[in-house]
Amino acid sequence: MSFSVTEPSARTKWFAGLLVVGYAIVTLIPLLWIIATGFKSPADSIAYPPVVVFEPTLEGYVNLFTDRTRATEGMLEEAGPPTTWYEEIVRERGTVITGPSRYGERFLNSVIIGFGSTALCMLLGTMAAYAFSRFRVPLKDDLLFFILSTRMMPPIAVAIPIFLMFRSLGLNDTHLGMILLYTAVNLSLSVWLLKGFIDEIPIEYEEAALIDGYTRFQAFYKVVLPQAATGIASTAIFCLIFAWNEYAFAVLLTSGNAQTAPPFIPTIIGVAGKDWPAVAAGATIFLVPVMVFTILLRKHLLRGITFGAVRK
Amino acid sequence: MTNHAIESAAKQTPDGLARRIRGLSDRAIAWIFVAPTIILLLAVNIFPLIWTIRLSFTNFRVNRPNKDVEWVGLRNYERILSDSDIWNTMQATAHFLIWTIVLQVLIGFTLAYLINKKFKGNDLWTTIIVFPMMLSPAVVGNFWTFLYQPQIGLFNYAIAFFTGADPASFSMIGDVHLAPWAIVIADTWMWTPFVMLICLAGLRSIPDSIYEAAECDRASKWRQFWTITIPMALPFLMLAVLFRGIENFKMFDLVVQLTGGGPGNTTTLTSIDLKREAFERWRTGYSSAYAVILFVTVFGLASIYVKALNKVKER
Amino acid sequence: MRTKLFTTAGIGAMLAVSVASSAQAEDLTLCWAAWDPANALIELSKDFEAESGHSMSFEFVPWTSFADRMLNELNSGGQLCDLMIGDSQWIGGGAENGHYVKLNDFFDANGITMDDFIPATVTGYAEWPKGTPNYYALPAFGDVVGWTYRKDWFERPELQSEFKDTYGRELGVPASLEELKDIAEFFQGRDIDGTTVYGAAIYTERGSEGITMGVTNALYNYGFEYENPDQPYDIDGFANSEGAVAGLEFYKELYETGTPPGSSNWYMGENIDAYRSGQVAMQMNFAFIWPGVEADANVGSGRSGYFPNPAGPAGQFAQLGGQGISVVAYSEKQDAALEYIQWFAQPEIQAKWWELGGYSALKAVVEDPGFASSQPYAQTFLDSMAIVKDFWAEPAYADLLIPMQERIHNYVVAGEGSAQEALDGLVRDWIEVFEDEGKL
Repeated sequence: MSFSVTEPSARTKWFAGLLVVGYAIVTLIPLLWIIATGFKSPADSIAYPPVVVFEPTLEGYVNLFTDRTRATEGMLEEAGPPTTWYEEIVRERGTVITGPSRYGERFLNSVIIGFGSTALCMLLGTMAAYAFSRFRVPLKDDLLFFILSTRMMPPIAVAIPIFLMFRSLGLNDTHLGMILLYTAVNLSLSVWLLKGFIDEIPIEYEEAALIDGYTRFQAFYKVVLPQAATGIASTAIFCLIFAWNEYAFAVLLTSGNAQTAPPFIPTIIGVAGKDWPAVAAGATIFLVPVMVFTILLRKHLLRGITFGAVRK
Repeated sequence: MTNHAIESAAKQTPDGLARRIRGLSDRAIAWIFVAPTIILLLAVNIFPLIWTIRLSFTNFRVNRPNKDVEWVGLRNYERILSDSDIWNTMQATAHFLIWTIVLQVLIGFTLAYLINKKFKGNDLWTTIIVFPMMLSPAVVGNFWTFLYQPQIGLFNYAIAFFTGADPASFSMIGDVHLAPWAIVIADTWMWTPFVMLICLAGLRSIPDSIYEAAECDRASKWRQFWTITIPMALPFLMLAVLFRGIENFKMFDLVVQLTGGGPGNTTTLTSIDLKREAFERWRTGYSSAYAVILFVTVFGLASIYVKALNKVKER
Repeated sequence: MRTKLFTTAGIGAMLAVSVASSAQAEDLTLCWAAWDPANALIELSKDFEAESGHSMSFEFVPWTSFADRMLNELNSGGQLCDLMIGDSQWIGGGAENGHYVKLNDFFDANGITMDDFIPATVTGYAEWPKGTPNYYALPAFGDVVGWTYRKDWFERPELQSEFKDTYGRELGVPASLEELKDIAEFFQGRDIDGTTVYGAAIYTERGSEGITMGVTNALYNYGFEYENPDQPYDIDGFANSEGAVAGLEFYKELYETGTPPGSSNWYMGENIDAYRSGQVAMQMNFAFIWPGVEADANVGSGRSGYFPNPAGPAGQFAQLGGQGISVVAYSEKQDAALEYIQWFAQPEIQAKWWELGGYSALKAVVEDPGFASSQPYAQTFLDSMAIVKDFWAEPAYADLLIPMQERIHNYVVAGEGSAQEALDGLVRDWIEVFEDEGKL
């Protein structure tokens, strides 16, 4: 790359890097602490004063994926000696495994609902954003503001009507219902962000395409979509993060069938009180898919709108 | 990948359909593109909202199914607006809202500005900074109460390490003066990355050519920052503020898990108060009126703000 | 081994259910809070599944959102739960709004009589209106607030002699709340084995019901009464009597002089954590935690002792917890749900319930000669169940609870106003609620 007057000096870069890395490390501490808690024993997790060095154990993860009950002597006798490593861990606490926990199901629900609503939201959001960006839609500004305003209602405020409406439509506690709900909540964000991205794409590209005999549809998916890929990817990350972690609606509208992981994780209980290692293990595993998704798309997320360089 | 899929799908579109689509006017396409969004929003957001507005004029209570529902006109609204407790929760919300936005914009913009210096490995560290906002707010609230506990949490020990104070000498969520800051810190930790990302997009949208031109005019770096960087990034910054503002006006899960609204009512934000009315007292009519008032407040503030935003964009 | 056995049996049972296509085999859903006893109930219910051919599903919600979630379900006529182990305060609303099935006829037909259960649990969990033989639940889980203490610390000779020098009596289980406060202050800030420990973990939680469930243990014993014993809903002068004010002041003093710093929003879970991690010498908590304390690696196996809430100037009472099991009126599987209750009420099932860690409310279980010595906390449980008092169980209980949470927390934790002002304000709020309800 040739020398540019706008390229920061080496010292500036070094100093900027130092500050950013410093912030990143501080901000990581609570997160690392959560992850570390997942590998602590219950006693270490609430140690007073807190412990930084500890003997790691998988007890939290075993507890996360199993249901256990305190064993009576009769039950221990009947069960015989533990045969697997995880049974041994559980047995040390005087408990026996009674079956798998529902964490797996809840996790799967989160995947279906989170990714389903993100996909739908991207589809609808890109179409609407394109239309708002390129066409003379009557009352455009009002419609855009209307879309934004749907995000302003606190979930608690509309929860009762939504609950009643969903039940009469048979959507309560279903994946479809939650996908539609999260899509609706996220549409405002995606339309607004995507419109910004599409606005930045020079209209000349499409005009050239139209002259070449492309239809509007073809121009949209052959010219605009590839150009907007970066915007779509970073918007998708935001939508997924919201849908993945949403709590208030999930608590009120889902239960046995379509409950997602966020309302489930804090309910994990141990032999007495909250099982912090298992809660931390649940939170850690739950973080992985969004993390992977973000890391895969980070190029887009971080590049932002580099094609803004052609902005007039 | 996606493009390829779309292309092949297009090839498989029957000729008749394709011709028909080709024949569509721009106006029709615009409607086809916008309609699904509008319909979904009408069904899932607006319909319940209208329902809520209707309920707000009644004395309906979900937990009194046998009681007759009466129209009470504006009585719910009068009761809310004359209730001094509600003004206290509004104050707590304003404190939370203003300080989270100020801190997140300052830190978020600074980070974006530094990252935009393109030092080596900047994308790796940026990705790391983004991690906190991927956690579930309910989980974050849970773990921050833990971090804030003077005996077993990390926060007091960290402060004690740097200041030499006794970790047991203060309690972030137990003190009426510190608790409002405890929720600001947790929210800032979690959501600064959001502001940072949008600011970064803004900064990267500024073409190098503008700086090059300024450099030719011998404008100082300081002057370039104020005359180019800030104005050009402003629409993005304002968008970030808008979204954080709306989100934090509705803030519920994180704070409820952290403090439960206490001590006293010092962190009882409007959403927490609203939830008590709607799901603990089950005063459905009353809480609907409360919700409508909140909605109108945000709506009003946001519409003024969006007008300003549009002006900035047109400049 | 056992796991595999269970899984195979489980799958077998499920297959049997789907293949047999007999109309009787139902899938019942039981709703309860997500806590330790719930695990034990899953285990216990396996007998029912094997015996009846019905299969059981469970819906457990954490305590902090249990009421919101489940009452929303009931209020909207939901069919999620066939059986509900609802909180004791819900019984009024459950009965008056028709959420729960009235069980009198069913009890009569199946020879179940409420005389077989601990009287306090019948009043607390099953009856509405209170004191009348109208039953909407079967007592399922007895629970009451009591205290846990570090026996190993109490027994240290150097602490015992220092305590005796300071207070002129032995360091042991306190005979009164005043003595309990002395002990808490004695331990507050003390260095034990190199760490600073504190007096007692008490309930202070703001968001749901925590501080109310804690403060009442002081209020009752200093003379607080919900209403005039001779005239229902006559509150003024009873809930804010001189004794009530003294009780509230006591609780604030205990909070300020004998509890760990930062314990401003603590309920069951936080108290357990503080106790298990060795921060406190005593903890106030519901009895359900005691089996867990006994089994704990740090504080279990003889290192902990238990005592009922100590007496105050006006008597000795303890806050009632616990739940009854009800059949939800909106369920389409009521017959199968009733079958479950019939099965659950059997003495041998109740005995097994106690063995697994569930507090049975059946007299036959708790009056068994071996009961008191069966666990170190069994006698304390019995003594505590004999002195219980409960919060309002009116249909409007939530409207009564919210101002109590706010007034008490504002005074005790946030330090606003005086005890008299807090209780006077509470009385005004309560009168307003009862006027709205048309009961005044």
